[in-house]
Amino acid sequence: MAEVLVLVDHANGTVRKTTSELLTIARRLGEPSAVFVGSGFDAAKETLAKYGAEKVYRVENADVTDYLVAPQAELLAQLVEKTGAAAVLIPSNSAGKEIAARLAIKTDSGLITDAVDVQAGEGGGVSTTQSVFAGSYSVKSTITKGTPIVTVKPNSAAPEESAGAAADEAFEPTISEGAKGAKVTESKPKEATGRPELTEAAIVVSGGRGTGGDFSPVETFADSLGAAVGASRAAVDAGWYPHTSQVGQTGKQVSPQLYVACGISGAIQHRAGMQTSKTIIAINKDEEAPIFELVDFGVVGDLFTVLPQATAAVNASKG
Amino acid sequence: MNIVVCVKYVPDAQSDRTFNESDNTTDRVGVDGLLSELDEYAVEEALKLVEAGEGEVTVVTVGPDQAADALKKALQMGAHKAVHVKDDAIHGSDAVATSLVLAEAIKKTGTPDLVITGMASTDGTMSVVPAMLAERLGLPQVTFASELSVDGTTVTIRRDGDAASETIVATLPALVSVTDQINEPRYPSFKGIMAAKKKPVEEWALADLGIDASQVGLDAAWTKVESFTKRPPREQGQIVTDDGDGGTKLAEFLSAQKFI
Repeated sequence: MAEVLVLVDHANGTVRKTTSELLTIARRLGEPSAVFVGSGFDAAKETLAKYGAEKVYRVENADVTDYLVAPQAELLAQLVEKTGAAAVLIPSNSAGKEIAARLAIKTDSGLITDAVDVQAGEGGGVSTTQSVFAGSYSVKSTITKGTPIVTVKPNSAAPEESAGAAADEAFEPTISEGAKGAKVTESKPKEATGRPELTEAAIVVSGGRGTGGDFSPVETFADSLGAAVGASRAAVDAGWYPHTSQVGQTGKQVSPQLYVACGISGAIQHRAGMQTSKTIIAINKDEEAPIFELVDFGVVGDLFTVLPQATAAVNASKG
Repeated sequence: MNIVVCVKYVPDAQSDRTFNESDNTTDRVGVDGLLSELDEYAVEEALKLVEAGEGEVTVVTVGPDQAADALKKALQMGAHKAVHVKDDAIHGSDAVATSLVLAEAIKKTGTPDLVITGMASTDGTMSVVPAMLAERLGLPQVTFASELSVDGTTVTIRRDGDAASETIVATLPALVSVTDQINEPRYPSFKGIMAAKKKPVEEWALADLGIDASQVGLDAAWTKVESFTKRPPREQGQIVTDDGDGGTKLAEFLSAQKFI
């Protein structure tokens, strides 16, 4: 069976959930081969094996790890050529999409971004599903040229365990000088919030203009549910919450099991980031707020009284 | 410094965006269009850079006749000249072909010191064209800039990632994509609107760029939309008005749905 390359998303060997999802999807298309770039492989190996990686290509070359996306596209192009891969799956984050874009040009291959489902196509190839126009349409596509390259959104598959050998092989790519044109010179780590990552969380609680800048009831409610905290653009533009937490067209697109919008009116730009969520709840003082058109459950009321009451009830239910 | 800004004419997100039934492409004619909001930040940043020094801002677009509106808006904001690549053969092009056309158009304008784009289009939202362009032009790319400065032979940006805030340096010429955090785009002034009428807009066809029609368009796309389905509108669920027990009712709903 042909190899399917999966670019591993990890921080010093701690493999993110999206990778187990990608390995699960890869098994539908062929035999998963993980591509591990950077240090910490020993810590990652067990997870990669658990979700079915038969092979792991390990790349520790400093020319790859010190620079931005261009070297990773070069090494993947070299691996595609070496393995004759049936497809390449890459996490759909900003770096992932750029790597995929450069790889598509290098390998003369079709590219699909932000897939929410990937299946083997009828008669071979790869068939994808994307959610477009602010989630108002679902589009099915096939890749018709080259080695299909797909970037896959988080939560696109339930990770299924299936033991793989995870036989590792050091791979030494040739990195061109041209790929070293952009370099990270300084990196200030963000303060950890202890909450789940926004795009991967099962539950997201977001605050908007209606918080008036006080996110504490939103955060307390989120913590009672073990949820991630998001924010509308209005809240971010006002400087109340960091841009990395923005949900919407120019922020994160989330698709959790449950989305709770607190004091958010629900402009199209916000809906673009959340309307594929499975269940939606809104709390807003304005009964005319467009967000109520989307909800499974809505409370017309003041979030500063509704949320603390709901938080207390959630905590009480934990007994 | 000379800067090229790539802009896109997109269907207005406030309107009912849809597809052409005949060939599954985005409907760009039946709905109101405009300069992609996210490209305004790219135009603004380019204008700030040349206003602080010297040089010219050229805006480039690929699209149908109506796409001239996107160029007009950029010229009204203050861009110096515009290039409109239009050719019937381009209809249905994917990101790969679009990046080919843009790359050849940018080469034909001369070698810019900087190519600036928005972070994504507001219709396709792939955000891959900047990286594809960089690959085709052989340029380093620094993307999702929320701050940008140019110093002699390098461009430095700040990028706010999920895990860290990074400073990234690239040698010029380079390609930069900017986010909506980088600036506050200006509104065209009356003077700007009048001046824009006299600014040069070049119209190029594929032949002017040495691109064969077979390299672009729907038939040349490396991906194919097989079908599109309108998502059923969400049915409004239960709405309650808080009479002192709104939070309790919310928790009851969470419990009934097995979230708690």
